[in-house]
Amino acid sequence: MCARLILENGAVFEGRSFGADGESFGEVVFTTGMTGYQEILTDPSYCGQIVTMTYPLIGNYGVHPDHQESKGPQVRGFVVREFAELPSHWKNQENIDSYLKAAGIVGLADIDTRKLTKIIRQSGTLGGVITTLDTPTADYVHRLQSGAHRIERPVYEVTATDTEHHPGDRLRVIAIDYGMKRGILRSLHGRGLDVTVVPADTTAEDILERKPHGVFLSNGPGDPEEYGELVGHIKRLIGQVPLFGICLGHQLIAKACGARTERLPFGHRGSNHPVKDLLTGHCVITSQNHGYVVQDDSLVGTGLEVTHINLNDGSIEGLQHTEHPCFSVQYHPEARPGPTDSDELFDRFMKMMKAFGEEERDALAI
Amino acid sequence: MPLRSDLRKVLVIGSGPIAIGQSAEFDYAGTQACQALQEEGLEVVLVNSNPATIMTDNAVADRVYLEPLTPETVARILRAERPDGLLATFGGQTGLNIAVELDRMGVLEEVGVEVLGTSLEAIMKAEDRELFRSLMHRIGEPVPESLSVASFEQAQAFAQEIGLPIIVRPAYTLGGTGGGIAEDMASLQRIVEQGVQASPIGQVLVERSIAGFKEVEYEVIRDSGNNRIVICNMENFDPVGVHTGDSIVVAPSQTLSDGDYQLLRTSSLNIVEAIGIEGGCNVQFALDPHSDQYYLIEVNPRVSRSSALASKATGYPIAKIAAKIAIGYALDEIRNPVTGKTSAFFEPALDYVVTKIPRWPFDKFADADRRLSTQMKATGEVMAIERTFEASLLKAIRSLEIGLDSLDLPGTDELEEREIERRLGQADDERLFLLGEALRREWSTERLHDLSGIDLWFLNKLERIVRTVQGIEQEGLGANRVLQAKRMNVPDTAIARAAGLIERDVREFRKGVGVRPVYKMVDTCAAEFDAATPYYYSTYEEEEEGSPTSDRPKCLILGSGPIRIGQGIEFDYCTVQAIEAIKQAGYEAIIINNNPETVSTDFNTSDRLYFEPLHLEDVLHVIEREQPEGVIVQFGGQTAINLAAPLAELGVRIIGTQVDDIDRAEDRERFDRLLADLGIPRPLGKTFYQKEQALKVAEELGYPVVVRPSYVLGGRAMEVVSNERELLRYMAKAAQINEDHPVLVDRYISGIEVEVDAISDGHNVLVPGIMEHVERAGVHSGDSIAVYPPQRLSEEQKRTIVDYTTRIAQALQVQGIVNIQYVLDDEQVYVIEVNPRSSRTVPWLSKITRVPILGIATRALLGQSLLEQDLPTGLWPEPTDRVDVKVPVFSFLKLIGVDSTLGPEMKSTGEVIGRGRTLDEALYNGLLAAGFPFVQRGRNTLLTLLSSEVREEEEGVLEQVSELGLALQEGDSLSTDEIVQQIRSGGVQFLLTVHNRQKEKSTRLMAIREAAIQRGVPVFTSFDTFRAYGAARRIFLRGVELPITCMMAATSVRQPTSVG
Repeated sequence: MCARLILENGAVFEGRSFGADGESFGEVVFTTGMTGYQEILTDPSYCGQIVTMTYPLIGNYGVHPDHQESKGPQVRGFVVREFAELPSHWKNQENIDSYLKAAGIVGLADIDTRKLTKIIRQSGTLGGVITTLDTPTADYVHRLQSGAHRIERPVYEVTATDTEHHPGDRLRVIAIDYGMKRGILRSLHGRGLDVTVVPADTTAEDILERKPHGVFLSNGPGDPEEYGELVGHIKRLIGQVPLFGICLGHQLIAKACGARTERLPFGHRGSNHPVKDLLTGHCVITSQNHGYVVQDDSLVGTGLEVTHINLNDGSIEGLQHTEHPCFSVQYHPEARPGPTDSDELFDRFMKMMKAFGEEERDALAI
Repeated sequence: MPLRSDLRKVLVIGSGPIAIGQSAEFDYAGTQACQALQEEGLEVVLVNSNPATIMTDNAVADRVYLEPLTPETVARILRAERPDGLLATFGGQTGLNIAVELDRMGVLEEVGVEVLGTSLEAIMKAEDRELFRSLMHRIGEPVPESLSVASFEQAQAFAQEIGLPIIVRPAYTLGGTGGGIAEDMASLQRIVEQGVQASPIGQVLVERSIAGFKEVEYEVIRDSGNNRIVICNMENFDPVGVHTGDSIVVAPSQTLSDGDYQLLRTSSLNIVEAIGIEGGCNVQFALDPHSDQYYLIEVNPRVSRSSALASKATGYPIAKIAAKIAIGYALDEIRNPVTGKTSAFFEPALDYVVTKIPRWPFDKFADADRRLSTQMKATGEVMAIERTFEASLLKAIRSLEIGLDSLDLPGTDELEEREIERRLGQADDERLFLLGEALRREWSTERLHDLSGIDLWFLNKLERIVRTVQGIEQEGLGANRVLQAKRMNVPDTAIARAAGLIERDVREFRKGVGVRPVYKMVDTCAAEFDAATPYYYSTYEEEEEGSPTSDRPKCLILGSGPIRIGQGIEFDYCTVQAIEAIKQAGYEAIIINNNPETVSTDFNTSDRLYFEPLHLEDVLHVIEREQPEGVIVQFGGQTAINLAAPLAELGVRIIGTQVDDIDRAEDRERFDRLLADLGIPRPLGKTFYQKEQALKVAEELGYPVVVRPSYVLGGRAMEVVSNERELLRYMAKAAQINEDHPVLVDRYISGIEVEVDAISDGHNVLVPGIMEHVERAGVHSGDSIAVYPPQRLSEEQKRTIVDYTTRIAQALQVQGIVNIQYVLDDEQVYVIEVNPRSSRTVPWLSKITRVPILGIATRALLGQSLLEQDLPTGLWPEPTDRVDVKVPVFSFLKLIGVDSTLGPEMKSTGEVIGRGRTLDEALYNGLLAAGFPFVQRGRNTLLTLLSSEVREEEEGVLEQVSELGLALQEGDSLSTDEIVQQIRSGGVQFLLTVHNRQKEKSTRLMAIREAAIQRGVPVFTSFDTFRAYGAARRIFLRGVELPITCMMAATSVRQPTSVG
């Protein structure tokens, strides 16, 4: 069956439908990761987006629960050059077509994804719709131009509704779930930390009441500007408890300190983003998925200093507070998909929590 | 860390002659390294014995030593040059071994030269099996149980403990020489003994076999600050068990999940850190197809064939960046060569699939054992880029130039089911096509997987190709069916065959329905950033990239495809030099080629690179897009020349010698008429189209005669036959003889063979040099030792040769370059053949005469006359104070079953140069560089096996043997077993076997020669070669060091004063 992708600028890509039938609106983005399609599909940060894979052959090793980063696919649509009808891997349980069908996700295959990628690169992220219906293109373009693909505050679509406790025998961490990937939980809990996942709008008071050794702020979808109340909660946590933020968590910490964020023209999405640690001079390859970034010139007076930069465009990739135990990175040290080169950031968080605990004890002794 | 300020001068070691396992990839790597150093203002001194390399051009290095790559010679160069640093990781295993040896000899310390990049200590950690294993144990990286042994007894004990099968890997050898998989104790004994022999340290590793695992490679770069990146990973189509150089390889990996990919990526980063790599490194893994278990196979602590492939597959120039790291830079300080803006610390993202297929020499060596195992047998490889695996694979297949364009191999439909089953289980060069045949027979992919161990993902893709072509067979052309086939890049020729049409019909149909390819860019970043790499591949999609417009006129030059016997790196040298000249002449130089190992496929070489098959359809598509002024076919060997006629027929302009004139040189009857008109003699010869005519023709000419099919490359299927019986046997073997494929028979003249390369503008002719062959006619020119200037020719003969050459070139209206071979019978000069193209002697001849042959020829074919170039005609003056030789190098050790006797069929894989003040000195340097042993102490036994018929040719050579410090032993009365035993036990140092052609092929001689080759004993099959060795040995015995010569950048071309 045929399917179309229609962009808000009127461009149309006709290809083969896979996954579910119907129509689905979203912001069209691309990711350059060559593996990890299931992790990408299930990353809640992609909520509201139609994801294009630049690597042409997708679904080769099938689908398996181990590759899930949340309970199921979070994207609004999926665009590939070719999907594997007959995947091959010892873990393979089903092909990506049936997986997306079951999840109700609309997919489009057999199109020139490189052409689409270049359109996004040149004109910035665009609204789009994948459809298997006969609705005229002009109607779709009209709806896209009036914002049919936009969703507001998508964090609330993906955050946990209830508190979830993962007991551990080491330090207690509260993880604020803005759309947290399972990989992050694995990285924290895997170190023996006692992790309590709380909904995004949990207040600072509720959090502090649990007497955590540290608070983790997760990744998540959407524009950080839209989350004033979440920023408010974080403001009251800074200095009270060690903080570590990733991706949206990083952006929200920056905002809480008074910095500004801005939209990137077409985002950083992939498993190959080079980042330099300005403190050590060491460089790592990172996994990234973000459309917004902390503005460089907005840091004056925030107490934040840049610890990491992106070697491609020089944008901010990591921050730390000069006075308080608080640091954050724009990229994904938990990987999944992508390299695990920055895994040690979780150790840094642990060290920070330990050091803070000792300082506190020292303060009490006085 | 920025550029080190303490470095002024750096010595780079090249890899020497092309052999199986060490090919053109090191010219590419070495050239990049030298350029990277020059960019930084460093003085580059290069040593390499291979004259056919771009790296040995003075434009690439400041000072070039074309000297033997022995530790002793390099030590002398080090003492003379006193460089600050030594780069040894760009010359393959040869470079590493020399550096290790120089260190052991204490030379590095004595001269105060520092090994740059990865340290020798680190190299040892990767190369010494035991050091490597203990290091891997320490960092928790799994290696299969293994043991270094020096004898079969030790191996046997290990096998009894671990169980069979066992893999045997000799230490420090090229391409796994002498290794293999032992399924039983008998084969274990054979392989271990041969491996111990092949290893320079007499050691092999016996190891638990992990055959059947997925084989995956990572190309890693690390700098001294421990910044690490993976440039590319690659997955072998063939599971573990086939040498990676003999495997079909895809990039990136296709069947690895993100978890698998990252598991091995992290492991490879940990490994390069633990070893202490500073530069490029290749890490090979085996991954269990049924679990997360993996093993390390090996680590190459240097740039390699795989890194060349990864560079071309991604656009990331690994060797160049590795060289910058060696001189001090950190990865993030090096500019990204693709974007020109960001840093070199990034990992490429691919948005296409790359397929590499090895090119094996079995078309030339019909007797060779074509099974593939841990010992590499391929001479070269092709690479293809497309958006799907099917398309990429099919492009690669037709790039091979093996007469196939799809998964169909003629004849396989007649094979018995059992035969196919057996051959699917044991990889050989045709397995891919047998899979195609099995799929046509509707065998299930599961069955194929069980037989071959190849991942189902790949097999499913093959099945799609087969079904798509079958769809056309059953239903004929149709817009949708053709579109689907083209999306898989099925060529028009294969579609035509399926539809029962001819190629042109399909082309017309396709154009009618608007199915045509577009071109996309290789940009390292999957279009994430704007890039301007002039590096393209075709695909059947929507968007066309990179505007082909230009303000300069455009020239398309055809490359020479994969390296094979008969068409080696020389043609890449010619292509690259021609590109340079095209650019200088104000044209935009556009190239099509598909060999990932070469300099010509570096996207910086030409103005635009099309990485495409050299197949008519693909070439036409590029021409349609680029609309060049014309196409240059003279520099890409027979590959390019063969495309001239079909292109011209379709109205494409061929620049240079015209197609009709090319045909006059190549078509025997027309060529005979041409020579008759010119009054130039050639050995009597005839062409026939039916087997029945053969005897009559031979009878007329008189035996011995040379027989060969017309239009051949490197003397394929050419033989000298002495009588009727041999001729009948040849006819029975030569499969195709018909109107389109005639056979040529010539009277055999056993005289001095001579060849010339000449340049002509259509009127005037310049002969840069006459080259004389050491071996008499009958040995292929590519397998003969060539000498310049000629030593045995009279002035009269030279004048005749120049006169003939001039008149032939004029008559053929040669515009550009031509190669002519002659044979001398007393004073009579006969023409043997004319090649209307560049030849394998051109790089060597340009270097030694310092005549920029390719530049002049290119300008001539673009229309600038020799006069306008201020050049003389006739013979370029010959030097009186020096002699140069070109010595062929063979890879018989890798090719079981191939007869090492030299004859009219070319067998060598590479060549070296030898320079001297006299012929004997040049021979000494050349033979030393080619690997002939020159040892005085210990045993020096020469065993001879000579048939009575040939003894008259011996001309007293045996009488002088004792003067050479050799003990002569006549072996004719000994039994085969006795001789083989004596060879194996080290009782023979040289073997001289000369026989008439009939006896040559006897099993006795084959067995003896093979034993000698396995033991590294030089085998002489001609008195001429042995005489040359004798002359060289006399120089050696004199014990006087010969001067080493350095070529420096020529300031101007020497103007000749006299003309021959």
